Amino acid sequence: MGARDTLGKHIDPALMVVDGPSISPLKQGKSVSIATIGPWRLIAGKLIRQKVAMAAGAVILFLYLVGLFAEFLAPALPSTSKPQYTYAPPQGISLFVTQPDGSTEFNPHVKGYKIEIEKVALRRTFVVDDSKVVPIGFFVKGPAYELWGLIPMDRHLIGPLNPNDPMYLLGTDRLGRDVFSRLIYGTRVSMSIGLVGVAVSLVLGVVFGSISGFYGGWVDTVIQRIIEVISAMPTIPLWLGLAAAIPLTWSPVSVYFVITIIVSLLGWTSLAREVRGRFLALRSEDFVTAARLDGSSEARLIFRHILPSLTSHILAVVTLAVPTMIVAETSLSFLGIGLKPPVVSWGVLLQDAQNIRTVATAPWLLIWPSLAVIVAVLSFNFFGDGLRDAADPYDN
Amino acid sequence: MLGYIFKRVLYMIPTLFGMSLISFLIIQLPPGDYLTSMIATMSDSGQAVDPAEIERLKEIYGFDDPFYIQYLKWIWGILSRGDFGRSFEWNQPVADLIWARMGSTLVISLLSLLFVWVVALPIGIYSAVRRHTVGDHIFTFFGFIGLAVPNFILALILMYVAYKYLGQSVGGLNSPEFAEAPWSLAKVGDFLAHLWIPIIIIGASGTAALIRILRANLTDELHKPYVITARAKGLPEYKVILKYPVRIALNPFVSAIGWVLPHLVSGVTITAIVLNLPTAGPLLFRALVSQDMYLAGSFILLLSALTLVGMLLSDLLLALLDPRIRFN
Repeated sequence: MGARDTLGKHIDPALMVVDGPSISPLKQGKSVSIATIGPWRLIAGKLIRQKVAMAAGAVILFLYLVGLFAEFLAPALPSTSKPQYTYAPPQGISLFVTQPDGSTEFNPHVKGYKIEIEKVALRRTFVVDDSKVVPIGFFVKGPAYELWGLIPMDRHLIGPLNPNDPMYLLGTDRLGRDVFSRLIYGTRVSMSIGLVGVAVSLVLGVVFGSISGFYGGWVDTVIQRIIEVISAMPTIPLWLGLAAAIPLTWSPVSVYFVITIIVSLLGWTSLAREVRGRFLALRSEDFVTAARLDGSSEARLIFRHILPSLTSHILAVVTLAVPTMIVAETSLSFLGIGLKPPVVSWGVLLQDAQNIRTVATAPWLLIWPSLAVIVAVLSFNFFGDGLRDAADPYDN
Repeated sequence: MLGYIFKRVLYMIPTLFGMSLISFLIIQLPPGDYLTSMIATMSDSGQAVDPAEIERLKEIYGFDDPFYIQYLKWIWGILSRGDFGRSFEWNQPVADLIWARMGSTLVISLLSLLFVWVVALPIGIYSAVRRHTVGDHIFTFFGFIGLAVPNFILALILMYVAYKYLGQSVGGLNSPEFAEAPWSLAKVGDFLAHLWIPIIIIGASGTAALIRILRANLTDELHKPYVITARAKGLPEYKVILKYPVRIALNPFVSAIGWVLPHLVSGVTITAIVLNLPTAGPLLFRALVSQDMYLAGSFILLLSALTLVGMLLSDLLLALLDPRIRFN
């Protein structure tokens, strides 16, 4: 049993000073119980109480897990095209099959397709055929893949029992590729661009922001002018201009990294402003002056004393910057000057939805990738807002 | 006030210089220059390549000069003669191509700004005064959607909805039958019928942001003692709210020109590409894809200059409205 103070909170016995007549037990208990909760636990505690932010955080975690295990979760490979199923509509999953004798039997399945010829346009279209049953299951054998390019596997979380049967939960595109699988692979690329891009802006923003805020004077003026120029330029024309310079012959991986850098080059400015503002405020605080008088070097002042007290704040700003990166990548790829096929990202998927007539025949090409982008952007915004509120020590 | 204007205009010059530097960097960025590819295309198609003409072009653009000389030539041409260089693809001076497009960009941006103001003001006031009511929650929800949906996705969705349910094709700013017609009442009506979609798309995120700011500012003001005093003195409620706190909370509306305008210009660019509007966007995009770099760089420079002028105007207006800024 641990000791309790008058408020009934647990106190670590090891921290209690037992002898020492001049300190009353009440005061001692209080100070110890406050000291045991560090700032990070306070932030976490505040964050957990915000339901919307927590739900958004769960969605973000889910999206990253989907991206991480894309190969396993996707029923098909993103590039496998089946010309016999072009623009096939989405199928619903049913759990029971009605036998000819009227009894029902548990047999998870999707319905097959049949071809119909449109009377006016004489076009072939696929419609879901309720009489065909395609049995599906979990952990089925499907097309072979290498998880993270390392581990050869052929099990998929969900898929048709017979690998040659059609199962297109979100329909197919122009070439008969499975939109569901492509969306899952796109999650990996789009979500990781946000993360890598933010990491680059974080480094740039913190370095320039701290230099600017810590030294002040002409260094500050020059850096502030540069930030002003960049943030006053309309972002999309600037992104377009930079992305258009990427040579067509570059490999998809190099294009991926260049796009990430372009997107983050223009995103670091707000972070640098934020860091600078905090530095200016903290520079004259007593604890910094004390550390300076103690003979700390400038590097120690910045990295040991000032930066740690802004970490939580920086974290919130960074979370709020991720959606900008995701939208930037999506916009560029959508216009065809960002990532290019065979790389699959949400923006690359949306390229197929550029033509309004295509969208009218196959609305799922527009709906699902857009929904993915919107859900990701909203989640990051809600989570970032919650984090910012939780990180603010003066907020009641 | 005159001194403030002078200082503020002077302050713009280094920013404009930085922008021109970045724009020129974009012109220079693609590997190889247009001249080499032009010579290749011309000799491929069997056209005679006139060495004198090549020399002349080389002379004008200084393709053999170092970066800073080329930059100085370009910027000197703009400043002294309004010459932005030559569009290789269109085989015309850039200046001839650019102004009509910049005009329509400006018109659509300003109309969108107007839309943002007109929609955000009443909703912002309502949300602040009736905090945590059903109406406020509905507006907050739509506000978040407005912030989260990227312009071009909103454009695609609205295009799809208009095509599917209204049977209206929403590309461009005029129906085909009016495209070449002279301006008339019918054409203006047709123009307005096409205009609402781009303006909603472009204004959505700015409106959402401004509602949030106005709501926060007004909420702070509403609990100040002077409001309570006004109410205690028996002023009617609408006067209590509109006459004092709203006027103070309006400052962000004016400063919004400064930070909403880059967003709007950005939004106009991508929305115009999707909807094929005759603004700078589609032409800029084409120029970039075909590496017609003088045209592209000039567009980027002018679009940036446009937002800079917007910021200047917002600062001046703010100084006019708020003496605290003027005298600092």
